[in-house]
Amino acid sequence: MSGSAIEVSGLRKSYGANEAVRGIAFTVERGEVFGLLGPNGAGKTTTVEILEGYRRRSGGDVRVLGHDPERRERSLRERVGIVLQSSGMYPRATVREALEHFAKLYPRPRDPRETIALVGLDGKEDARVRELSGGQLRRLDLALALVGDPELIFLDEPTTGFDPAARRAAWETIRALRELGKTILLTTHYLDEAQSLADRVAILKDGLIVAEGAPTELVPERSRYSVSYVLRGERFEHVTDDPTTLLNELTTGALARGERLEDLRVGRPSLEEIYLELTAEEAQ
Amino acid sequence: MSGLALAWAQFRFERRMFWRNPSAAFFNFTLPLLFLVLIASVFGADRKELDVLVPGIAGMAVMATTFTALAFNLTFLREQGILKRVHGTPMPTASYFGGFIGSAVANAVVQVALVLLIGHFAYDLPWPPDWPALVVFTLLGVVCFGALGVAFSHAIPNFDAAAAYTNAVFLPAVFISGVFYSTDKLPAVLTGIAQALPLKHVIDGLSGGIVTGHGIGDHLSALGVILAWTAVGLVLAVRKFRWA
Ligand SMILES: Nc1ncnc2c1ncn2[C@@H]1O[C@H](COP(=O)(O)OP(=O)(O)OP(=O)(O)O)[C@@H](O)[C@H]1O
Ligand SMILES: [Mg+2]
Repeated sequence: MSGSAIEVSGLRKSYGANEAVRGIAFTVERGEVFGLLGPNGAGKTTTVEILEGYRRRSGGDVRVLGHDPERRERSLRERVGIVLQSSGMYPRATVREALEHFAKLYPRPRDPRETIALVGLDGKEDARVRELSGGQLRRLDLALALVGDPELIFLDEPTTGFDPAARRAAWETIRALRELGKTILLTTHYLDEAQSLADRVAILKDGLIVAEGAPTELVPERSRYSVSYVLRGERFEHVTDDPTTLLNELTTGALARGERLEDLRVGRPSLEEIYLELTAEEAQ
Repeated sequence: MSGLALAWAQFRFERRMFWRNPSAAFFNFTLPLLFLVLIASVFGADRKELDVLVPGIAGMAVMATTFTALAFNLTFLREQGILKRVHGTPMPTASYFGGFIGSAVANAVVQVALVLLIGHFAYDLPWPPDWPALVVFTLLGVVCFGALGVAFSHAIPNFDAAAAYTNAVFLPAVFISGVFYSTDKLPAVLTGIAQALPLKHVIDGLSGGIVTGHGIGDHLSALGVILAWTAVGLVLAVRKFRWA
């Protein structure tokens, strides 16, 4: 099989007069974990649900495993696993029944018991869906998305509501899926999640991609370095494209005043800093 | 799995879930039978009244198990995001609804059978004189009310309102369509409305099969009304369908 897992170009989506996605393009290669970041209402779910075949695009072109998802071919859906931002399950079914039933829908499913263990729901096989906690329900969502052993997995905020240990466990699951060669498109509000899982990320704001690249290389035009220090017990932080000059000014000033810059650090800004800078309102 | 095998798998799954829900099982199975036994016993119904009551309750049961149950359940499945989840899987739409609606049909068929058994063994009614009419009008009623139930679910804004919306249609229909008593005594306006709706015609057809022995040929106008509503129901059910 050749070609990218996901190809998006010129994608637009309007809800009435509100244009939620305003012409975006990106490509996700096979075997890649791609993160979609952005503030509430940026258009992440809209984009993902167009790729999943739930929503119709207003313009542009979209290819998922070589198919147009809008046509909703069964042969495509057999190869795709979906964790929606929110969805329900028959409340009176047990975890085991839910997985056994959904496994029947796919040509080469994963073993339901193995899938339950994979998402860490072992011991809960016979619990009814309605008895699960929020985080356990989210794991069930993941299990139901994985039971068909899909090549491509969409995860819309998969770890929202997880406790820290469960989040780490989910990351391990996602890494294991990546090891198996699966392609994953995930949206998240947790930047450490994107940083530690995604090969590449795109930051979406108001329906446009404002930055794209590997999390470590994702540096906006100007602000390349962050310089921080503690002065009189307070931490200061500057972002600059010219750290030499800035350091010279800072240290000269401090020496002249007879002060010390404690814990002076120069580094690349974290994904979080870049994210906040890129998505900040144009107020300043 | 083939589409048919998946419909069967969905049907079995729906049956299992149905029996896990005691209140739904109660309303589907016990309530119409309770009405039959209570009205027949408390009012000491004579044969003439039983001849109205038994097909009436059978028709009511068909409507309750299909129209009411489907509108109600579909609203729940949609609001909970269960339909949306299913829509993202390879489950063919026809298989899913085949299993889901098939489960309602099973309830309707069992229900009608129970009404006949109670009528025969508890109240000494003879076995139905015209089986084809009984079968045809049961199935037509199921298809008609099933389609209308799916269509009606689109008018229900949320699950909290589902019981009020379905009962607002179901109860008046039951009272004007001659379930508990003959419609002869009703004001002309109400019989006029009942004539335009499908329930009375389903009951008339069932009455032909269960009581009078008047076959399908004697109920062609009833057949016409039911088919017209079925067509309307199917068009609305498909055209207006929302997965979320
Ligand atoms: N079904 C809809 N009908 C109308 N407007 C919608 C619909 N879905 C989303 N929108 C609007 O489109 C915009 C993008 O929404 P979307 O759900 O894609 O954002 P998101 O990035 O997933 O946000 P969040 O992080 O809060 O999940 C929002 O302004 C939202 O109000
Ligand atoms: Mg979203």
